[in-house]
Amino acid sequence: MMRLSTKGAFLATTLLAATAASAQEATLIIESWRNDDLAIWQNEIIPAFEAAHPGISVKFTPSAPAEYNAVLNSKLDAGSAGDIVTCRPFDASLALFEAGHLADLSDLDGMSSFSDVAKSGWSTDDGSATYCVPMASVIHGFIYNKDAFEELGLSVPTTEAEFFAALDTIKEDGSYIPMAMGTNDQWEAATMGYNNIGPNYWKGEEGRNALIAGEQKLTDEAWVAPYRQLAKWGPYLGDGFEAQTYPDSQNIFTLGRAAIYPAGSWEVSGFNNLVDFEMGAFYPPVQNAGDTCYISDHTDIGIGMNAATEHPEAAMTFLNWVASSEFSTIFANALPGFFPLSNAEVTLEDPLAQEFISWRGECESSIRSTYQILSRGTPNLENDTWNASAAVIKGTETPEEAGQRLQDGLASWYAPQQ
Amino acid sequence: MAHTTKQKPRYHIAVFLAPAVIVYTAVMIYPLFNTLRLALFTEIDQQRVWVGLQNFRTLFGDAIWSDQFWNALGNNAWFFLIHMLVQNPIGVALAAILSSPRLRFSAFYRTAIFIPTILSFVIVGFAWKLILSPIWGIAPDMLDAIGLKFLYAPWLGKEEYALTTLSLVSVWQYVGIPMMLIYAALLSIPDEILEAGECDGITGMSAFFKIKLPLILPSIGIISILTFVANFNAFDLIYAAQGALAGPDFSTDILGTFMYRTFFGFQLQLGDPHMGSAIASAMFGVILIGVCIYLFGIQRRLRSYQF
Repeated sequence: MMRLSTKGAFLATTLLAATAASAQEATLIIESWRNDDLAIWQNEIIPAFEAAHPGISVKFTPSAPAEYNAVLNSKLDAGSAGDIVTCRPFDASLALFEAGHLADLSDLDGMSSFSDVAKSGWSTDDGSATYCVPMASVIHGFIYNKDAFEELGLSVPTTEAEFFAALDTIKEDGSYIPMAMGTNDQWEAATMGYNNIGPNYWKGEEGRNALIAGEQKLTDEAWVAPYRQLAKWGPYLGDGFEAQTYPDSQNIFTLGRAAIYPAGSWEVSGFNNLVDFEMGAFYPPVQNAGDTCYISDHTDIGIGMNAATEHPEAAMTFLNWVASSEFSTIFANALPGFFPLSNAEVTLEDPLAQEFISWRGECESSIRSTYQILSRGTPNLENDTWNASAAVIKGTETPEEAGQRLQDGLASWYAPQQ
Repeated sequence: MAHTTKQKPRYHIAVFLAPAVIVYTAVMIYPLFNTLRLALFTEIDQQRVWVGLQNFRTLFGDAIWSDQFWNALGNNAWFFLIHMLVQNPIGVALAAILSSPRLRFSAFYRTAIFIPTILSFVIVGFAWKLILSPIWGIAPDMLDAIGLKFLYAPWLGKEEYALTTLSLVSVWQYVGIPMMLIYAALLSIPDEILEAGECDGITGMSAFFKIKLPLILPSIGIISILTFVANFNAFDLIYAAQGALAGPDFSTDILGTFMYRTFFGFQLQLGDPHMGSAIASAMFGVILIGVCIYLFGIQRRLRSYQF
């Protein structure tokens, strides 16, 4: 009898110890597509978090960007996904939330430090529930080779006329490819082309919301004009740009062979390590001097919680920390070019990244036109925009035809446009 | 007397067949039928709903889907045609040359030609993309060196050339397979037959066309059907070289990439496993029809010779 109870007591203590240990030592696994950031997470972000929260350990396990959505969906369906999920903006994550894979985070304390615009990428259409903590945005513009500009006596273009004059000068001189971009991968033409220069024409949020509401059409001048500008880009891109891939373009620019690079701010940290010339950035030139400038300040990365996680409390602790200014500061400085969306004060040390973020004060911010709601149906507007932008630059489709084709595709399933 | 002993049940047959049957059922037959089943459902409000043949009606009746499907099927047919016109004749020719007893270093050539077949398609896709690249590639420089630079175009980026270029890359990679099969068939032709032909004055090229070719026709038939199945299931090289959107302007889109995009989704396009399964079923149908035509229309008419 005595023997038995001792044994029972031992058993009980072991069990207690075991549960206590498991509560203490939660391991959170983060799913992400940012495999470029592996080193930053492992060396800076995770140690900072773990130092402040003993007992929770964090593992960052990214997969390849192109496969991320497919891999994540399969893992979530199979129940083998990590505790923390890096969220793509808009519909991909909304679908996960609606399928019950992402937890509702509307009540998370840290959510109060984000504006509604920042949260829009990860909220339901009516804004009632938010399911990911906004982590970073990217800003579009043009990065240029300062040395090349100095050599050719060029100044930073602010209007479209100046922009094309600068391109002509570079082309005539011949020592640099005027602009490094290819159409092989298609998305560059849409993301760094159409959605980069477009907001100036459709007046940012104003036009974007009007398109969603069905008050404007893709055949309107504001939406066709960016294609008209893209159609003029072709001659300024390098020889054989039709088969030039995204890494090709990056290499051409960082090797100093091209003068201008239509960019997203995510390039900043990568380029900083590669170039041996000085870089500057300018926002998309406006049509006429004095016009308000609009930039694409696109909500890009959020972070949420797998609803099926075994460690919801530890995950909440982590997400609250992600919403803090401590995380924002580490993240923004470790990854210059990804700009925190929180209202917390952040100072950037990188001059190029600082240049990008400074446009928030000068210009009106908007997000990419195709991302919210409009890419839900078949045909997919975002994919069609890639295709149309590439075709327009190559000259195989006119701007008007492209606008008409996209409008027909959108109208075929989107009621407000019918 | 022997007839009276009752035959024991032969359990060992079942035991020996079991591993293969179980593995094949688990990884091939079950997924295949499950895919066919999945094609008959759709998802409405997170619920899987039976819709019968609705997905197929959409696929073939809705211009948004059917245009893509026929475009992909047409590209697949072109992909197959290039293989049949280029890969298999070259394979036969290489095998004929290799089987010539006068050829020196034939083992070396055989290995060298076969090696690309065992390379990963990722390596092949990437290497050829680099070779043909207008920026870093050696193709423009090599053409320049012999004064033919004007022939160079950024092939992978032009709608009119991209698919043919990729087909030829695939031919380069897989030409070793028909070569090996034909080579084996050629070696199995007994010398007596050739010698008998020689007595009748049939030598050289005419010996090949009049004696060897008829004898290896069954092998060529097998190779054709293997090429057909492999080509209509193709996906990897296109995906590695051009991505899931199979650019430029879907000119390299084949059924495999179309199915992948639909099933798993792409960028902002969400995956639709049910439409994806419908496409996969259509692929299965296309391949099944092709194989049946071959089996019933061609295979039976081929005469095989026993030596």
